[in-house]
Amino acid sequence: MDERDLHDLIGRVRSGGLSRRAFVQRMVAVGLSAPMAGLMLAGNGVAMASDIRGSYTPTKAGGGGALRLLWWQAPTLINPHFAIGTKDQEACRIFYEPLAAWDADGNLAPVLAARIPSKENGGLAADGRSVVWTIKPGVTWHDGKPLTADDLVFTWEYARDPATAAVTIGSYKDCKVEKVDDLTVRILFDKPTPYWSDAFVGNVGMVLPKHLFAPFTGAKSREAPQNLAPVGTGPYRFVEFRPGDIVRGERNPSYHLPNRPYFDTVEMKGGGDAVSAARAVLQTGEYDYAWNLLVEDEVLKRLETGGKGRVDVVYGGKLEFLLLNATDPNVEVDGERSSLKTTHPAFSDPKVCQAINLLIDRKSIQDYIYGRTGRATANSVNGPERFVSKNTSFAFDPGKANALLDEAGWKKGSDGIRAKDGKRMKFVFQTSINAPRQKTQAIIKQAAAKAGIEIELKSITGSVFFSSDPANPDTFPHFYADLEMYAFSMSQADPATWLLQYVSWEAATKENKWQGRNISRWRNAEYDAAYNAAQAELDPVKRAALLIKANDLVVAGNNLPLIHRAEVSGAATKLVAPRSGWDNDLAFLPEWRRET
Amino acid sequence: MGAYILRRLLIAVPSLLGISLILFVVLALAPGDPFGELAANPNVPPEVRAALRLKFGLDDPIMTRYLRWLLAMLHGDWGFSFASRVNVDTLILQRLPTTLFVVGSSQILALLIAVPVGLYAALRPYSLGDQIANTLAFIGFSLPTFFTGLLFILLFSIELGWLPFVYQADLPGTGLAWAWANVRQAIMPVAVLGFHQAASYTRYVRASALDVARLDYVTTARAKGLTEGTVTRRHVARNALIPVVTLVALQIPVVFGGAIVTEQIFRIPGIGSLLIDAMLANDTPVVMAVTFVFAALVILFNLVADLLYGWLDPRIALR
Repeated sequence: MDERDLHDLIGRVRSGGLSRRAFVQRMVAVGLSAPMAGLMLAGNGVAMASDIRGSYTPTKAGGGGALRLLWWQAPTLINPHFAIGTKDQEACRIFYEPLAAWDADGNLAPVLAARIPSKENGGLAADGRSVVWTIKPGVTWHDGKPLTADDLVFTWEYARDPATAAVTIGSYKDCKVEKVDDLTVRILFDKPTPYWSDAFVGNVGMVLPKHLFAPFTGAKSREAPQNLAPVGTGPYRFVEFRPGDIVRGERNPSYHLPNRPYFDTVEMKGGGDAVSAARAVLQTGEYDYAWNLLVEDEVLKRLETGGKGRVDVVYGGKLEFLLLNATDPNVEVDGERSSLKTTHPAFSDPKVCQAINLLIDRKSIQDYIYGRTGRATANSVNGPERFVSKNTSFAFDPGKANALLDEAGWKKGSDGIRAKDGKRMKFVFQTSINAPRQKTQAIIKQAAAKAGIEIELKSITGSVFFSSDPANPDTFPHFYADLEMYAFSMSQADPATWLLQYVSWEAATKENKWQGRNISRWRNAEYDAAYNAAQAELDPVKRAALLIKANDLVVAGNNLPLIHRAEVSGAATKLVAPRSGWDNDLAFLPEWRRET
Repeated sequence: MGAYILRRLLIAVPSLLGISLILFVVLALAPGDPFGELAANPNVPPEVRAALRLKFGLDDPIMTRYLRWLLAMLHGDWGFSFASRVNVDTLILQRLPTTLFVVGSSQILALLIAVPVGLYAALRPYSLGDQIANTLAFIGFSLPTFFTGLLFILLFSIELGWLPFVYQADLPGTGLAWAWANVRQAIMPVAVLGFHQAASYTRYVRASALDVARLDYVTTARAKGLTEGTVTRRHVARNALIPVVTLVALQIPVVFGGAIVTEQIFRIPGIGSLLIDAMLANDTPVVMAVTFVFAALVILFNLVADLLYGWLDPRIALR
């Protein structure tokens, strides 16, 4: 089955000649997953109903009592466009809403939008330069004023103004938003944009009320009283906020979705640490839900025996990976180590990289360290399903690794350490201080020793390792070591921004104050070409193929994925809390309820 | 007396300046970036971070920033939090009542335990009661609060399920049930802090009462035929407590400064947890304001303690 056949089939579904289900079954038969098949239809204008709202059973709003949420990092501000971390976004999500949210499969689910734009409903322009969003009629702000297209235009103006210093500016600065009528806006792009669903979607897309924020744009933005007392369209109305401590809300009686929300009040308490947060939900039941439980699975299992709650795992785009430095960290050029003008004595040879890849026992790392909170992976892009490569695999094979190293000319010396041209295989492997990472380091070091590679382990305090201080040589972007390991999140349900971190022009250097995103400094012309082609490709199927090719090139180089890490949370046994790894935990808060 | 106070206040000015300068420089040199989290977010272009740094004046030389901070502080402007984008004084005032309630109650609890136990131990030195009091006091201040705190949680929240271990500053509701809920959640943190403090107070009360009990006027009072109770209350206790009063005065800044570890364990939204959160978020203006106010309180209450001492014990002259 080639691409033309596919388009033919999709055309038949659109014209009604073939049922959706039959199409999906055929796709599954040729080895595609069901969500991927569904997405092909969606991308080609065959609407797909997101079923996340379908299973909601309560027949009236309210009556659910209090919903008690525990966030071990407390929200410190409550304006979605200033939100520094996800903790702040989550607090905003109680009160504010975007046009659409990402569901667990990485599909769009309408929130304030009447429908998801597609080619078929005329929302997506054929040239990929504009999108038309229509707002659901009848939505009101908590103060009773109606939500209109003016609010969307205002939100765009607010966020894109550099003087506002909004953290969402990246999603709004390259587009233009114009009002079509009271309930419709058009987003215009300078160039064909396959990833059009960024502005007004998900955690960057929360819409602000123009009538309250209009006097506070630009430099005056920090004076807005609504920064501390939000007025949104969300399921709960604002009651109280204490920065760094607690957020309280009460049911919004005029919420736009029927029979929702279920709870009468919501409370988000912050502070403390992840283990005791897990304990308050899983063991004592003081709280209904705990966010982001960065706790070892062993501990979670023990707490779960309390029987008050369960561990809930969803997968988004968080990846733990190992970088092999493509440049030489031991040679200084123009006041800079790991300079692009150098090449690494060992890792510039693909065979050595391949050997290191074979020396990583991912299965053991998953089984003994991450448990239910992560799964071993050979891919950089691990979701949504339609972008996941099926061409890759990983293996733990020290024998083959030894053979590869011999082949590459690295011979074992009398001390058992390999050497070539007088250079010994002695590497520095750095990461941040974090128990699972130190254990992973140990597993890799042990396997490497068997292959004649000596590894010196280095662990750096998180606040230093993850800082962006250009003067500190121990930060991850400096990468003044041979190997390093950390995790990063692909925060959108589209890999384009994520894959930017491997293009050659993003290499972190002294010149760009180490703000470039390509930390391993791996440079590959074929990859750059695939990435650029994907950026301009409007056909979703072809684009996915290009992005998958990009992924395959990355993982064959100096960037070794280790573990696809889950978003782990704790929920009371009876709490039904649908959530998505591609959006905030509270993206589907209106659907949350308690089983009776 | 007036001249003495004036002199002490004048000496305080250079100390405060020195303290603030050291604090500021150390914070400025410490690694970390208030907008570091943005650096890890690929959707935030580096220019945004640069604009934020510029807006909050983070790229200026340290001395310029220090002088700007100092001038603002003199005008009563405590700064603007990077993390919350609100004024620091709002943040501090929001958290002060909780800290005053929890840490203040624990100090009262500590005194309620320490004074009677210390006096009892001093009046019957080396008796069984004294031995027990001494042992408990040693255990009390040898055990750090993070340990006793966790122990209490394990026992009262998890094993017995009597008390909640997540503290809420403003529980909704009114009436008796609300008052009881407030007391219930405060029991563990107040007890943890109170016992720890009581242990050291007990040692002071005992030592001081032992000294006083040996003095001639106490013997005289006994010889006059006064009852043991009157001697203890009117003659021993009153004089023995003078050093304890100054000690308590010196502890007052702690009541304002909060208890970092205990507040973190029980999620008490007080000044201590504000400070630790601000440090973790590299929110320099908040750290600066809290530590500086704390330093000012320490200096102020040192003066108060000296004045109190002179007033309680006229034998000591202030010059």
